[in-house]
Amino acid sequence: MSARIGVVTFPGTLDDRDAARAVRIAGGEPVELWHGDDDIKGVDAVILPGGFSYGDYLRCGAISRFAPVMNSIIDGAKGGLPVLGICNGFQILVESHLLPGALMRNESRHFICRDQKLRIENADSMWTRDYFKNQEIVVPLKNGEGNYFADPATLDMLEGEGRVVARYLDVNPNGSARDIAGIRNERGNVVGLMPHPEHAVESLTGPTTEGLPFFTSVLTSLVSA
Amino acid sequence: MARVVVDVMLKPEILDPQGRAVQGALGRLGLSGVADVRQGKQFVIQVDGDLTGDRLALMHKLAEELLSNPVIENYSLTVEADA
Repeated sequence: MSARIGVVTFPGTLDDRDAARAVRIAGGEPVELWHGDDDIKGVDAVILPGGFSYGDYLRCGAISRFAPVMNSIIDGAKGGLPVLGICNGFQILVESHLLPGALMRNESRHFICRDQKLRIENADSMWTRDYFKNQEIVVPLKNGEGNYFADPATLDMLEGEGRVVARYLDVNPNGSARDIAGIRNERGNVVGLMPHPEHAVESLTGPTTEGLPFFTSVLTSLVSA
Repeated sequence: MARVVVDVMLKPEILDPQGRAVQGALGRLGLSGVADVRQGKQFVIQVDGDLTGDRLALMHKLAEELLSNPVIENYSLTVEADA
């Protein structure tokens, strides 16, 4: 039986369908989860997809973090449930304090949409183990508030513990501290990522298929757990 | 009836791109010597009854946890009675 991966839809979520499709292509079974429902249907892992949940009102992710579904996800994540937050999902994870730091408006003040080169720097997380360390990939990036910020001590801690999962190469598109594109928690079950691997899983629609290993990684992790 | 005003500002050390954009616009519209602009948020909250004790403590907690993000922002809270 294939692993069941929950994909949460908030009001204003955009990329839930693509995330579910990526799960299916990777070999998992996507399960729709609803923001207003605290039941996460016994899923094996959760993806918080991109978009503009609650219209980005107040701050990106600030209202979603208090949605009923998040109570179950936050509890689950603290107990080891694999959770991947992509773009707006990453913003929700930092607002939930499952990951440190904050995501600020892009330094350039422009919304950025481009195919972005990344280096996968940590291949030990539950969402990156099908990559190899320092593998370079290209996936789409699209955000207005993807400028990762944390105080120097937190950045040093993330670097020292190998918790920078992905870093921007060639161009830092949004002003992120130390070119950080994604980070993980200490345990490695929670990963936040600003670029969009779910848009790079098929050659017909993506610039590459190099985003797919995020989704196969969690299946590998669940089998070996 | 009490009126609670919560002001939320980015911490001084945090870059404020929106404030930077407004600063540019002020200059283009003829205001010389604009050294800096910081943009913040103000919440005006009307509550029934007096806001004291536990309710005031909860208001502070929510100002810190919901209305602001303590990683990047500071808040200030003032209570005005009989608004």
